[in-house]
Amino acid sequence: MNQPDIELTPTTVTANREIAKGVYVISYPREDVFVPGQVVAVALSPTDVPRIYSIASGMQEEDISILFDVKPEGTLTPKLARLKPGDTLYVSKPYGSFYGKAEPAYWIAAGTGIAPFVSMFRSGLGKNKTLIHGSRTLEGFFFQNEFLPAMGEHYVRCCSKEKGDGVYEGRLTKYLEEMEHLPDDRKYYLCGSAEMVVDVRDLLVEKGISFNNIIAEIYF
Amino acid sequence: MMEKEKLFGKTLEELTEIAISNGLPKFTGKQLAEWMYQKGAASFEEMTNISKKGRSVLEANYEVGTRQHLKVQTSADGTKKYLFPSAEGHFIESAYIPENNRNTLCISSQVGCKMGCLFCATGKQGFQANLTAGEIVNQVVSLPERENLTNLVFMGMGEPLDNPENLLKALEILTSDWGVGMSPRRITVSTIGILPAMKDFLDKSSCHFALSIHTPFEEERRRLMPIENVYPLPEVMDLIKQYDWSHQRRISFEYIMFKGINDTRRHVNELVRILHGLRCRINLMRFHPVPATPLEGSDEETLEDFKNTLNAKGITATIRASRGLDIDAACGLLSTKELLKEREKDY
Repeated sequence: MNQPDIELTPTTVTANREIAKGVYVISYPREDVFVPGQVVAVALSPTDVPRIYSIASGMQEEDISILFDVKPEGTLTPKLARLKPGDTLYVSKPYGSFYGKAEPAYWIAAGTGIAPFVSMFRSGLGKNKTLIHGSRTLEGFFFQNEFLPAMGEHYVRCCSKEKGDGVYEGRLTKYLEEMEHLPDDRKYYLCGSAEMVVDVRDLLVEKGISFNNIIAEIYF
Repeated sequence: MMEKEKLFGKTLEELTEIAISNGLPKFTGKQLAEWMYQKGAASFEEMTNISKKGRSVLEANYEVGTRQHLKVQTSADGTKKYLFPSAEGHFIESAYIPENNRNTLCISSQVGCKMGCLFCATGKQGFQANLTAGEIVNQVVSLPERENLTNLVFMGMGEPLDNPENLLKALEILTSDWGVGMSPRRITVSTIGILPAMKDFLDKSSCHFALSIHTPFEEERRRLMPIENVYPLPEVMDLIKQYDWSHQRRISFEYIMFKGINDTRRHVNELVRILHGLRCRINLMRFHPVPATPLEGSDEETLEDFKNTLNAKGITATIRASRGLDIDAACGLLSTKELLKEREKDY
């Protein structure tokens, strides 16, 4: 299960929903077992260079879903956004080792980096977790309608550009900086852009967290 | 005024097409390549074996597009660190390392880097842009010490296999007879192991290959290098072992020694196990401290012992000299973070 099978096989799109402006969740039938946190490689033809996306659905769901935002200058995402149910998509088997576990931990994400944590949460791993999600806008707190009722105060939204009820005003790094104490016996799972991961990792280390307890998935 | 298209960084085929499409003789393409890549011409005016009319036509529509370095710092040990401009107001660094029997240029392939390796300064600035093939080759052709250059290593800023198209194009220009004309045996491309691009590179190029391994244990590598989550070491090694390393093309492994982390006998034994049967060498490297990084370098005695133990167990290991430390040119220290314009965070 930890083997990156970069062989792509065709599958059929079952749904493609725009959940926020330019942000989509595309789904296809689940043929393989996966560990929450794993990724799949996706392309529009078997010979294209695939892009890697975290699975954003639970282990038990019938479909595998992935979360993506459209990059106007990109070669894949504008076309991916136009796919409809019944269209063909080429996908790899799930792989990767950014595994969700049952132990208490912090999940820290920015933007679409929330995807692996959606998978972990929907797979029943959210009980003893604190999720800190950073977004520039209020629209960027994808899946908040699932996290809020279940996680309550253990779900923290940090918005760098807009104000909202119950939303921390400021970047997630500012939120972390202001935390008086971060337990150093917990694992910290980070997912997002390289910039966010490096900034948060540096901050956690400054606050005394061992780098052995920091597990990062960078969206590159 | 619209920016003119740059010719530096184009292949012979592209230059020939441009010559023909501008009404020039087909062989003008080869002349352009020789002038730019071999003679270092920075303007069409210098290209005296192209007709005046031809030069006017080229001048009207194109520019050569080479860039001189903006700054040079010289280390007490003779290493030089060059600062080059790149597109959109960015900057990159290269390091020229003179030695007794060879002179090596360490070049960059990206502005910044996405990979977020814990021990590298380049990662701290995030990723700004891929270098074009022209910007990659420019570091070589514009080097003041170009005539003395013997070796080239892609170990500067960026992950070369995260910019595979420009990397392969640059290598074509660097190794072709019509281009810079370097032997592929004098060029080493170093990567942390981006699998699909790695396969493509190994299939298409005969340059030497270096893998930044830094530990043989997956869980540990995951902490040091997030790429391990996506392209784990066993898969990278499986791919490496599919290729023949017994002839001219060599493979090496880069291993920064971190105190109390990857410098134990257990690590030696695991390295021996995973490299078994592979004709290779390991370059052990001193860790050059990077701000806000919770790592320390192993002491000299540990480095020597590690090296000797590997050698005794049949794995060729050497300790790489740290060059240019006083000017932040040593491994892991290249960065143009301070020159980045104030920009919005992407989160």
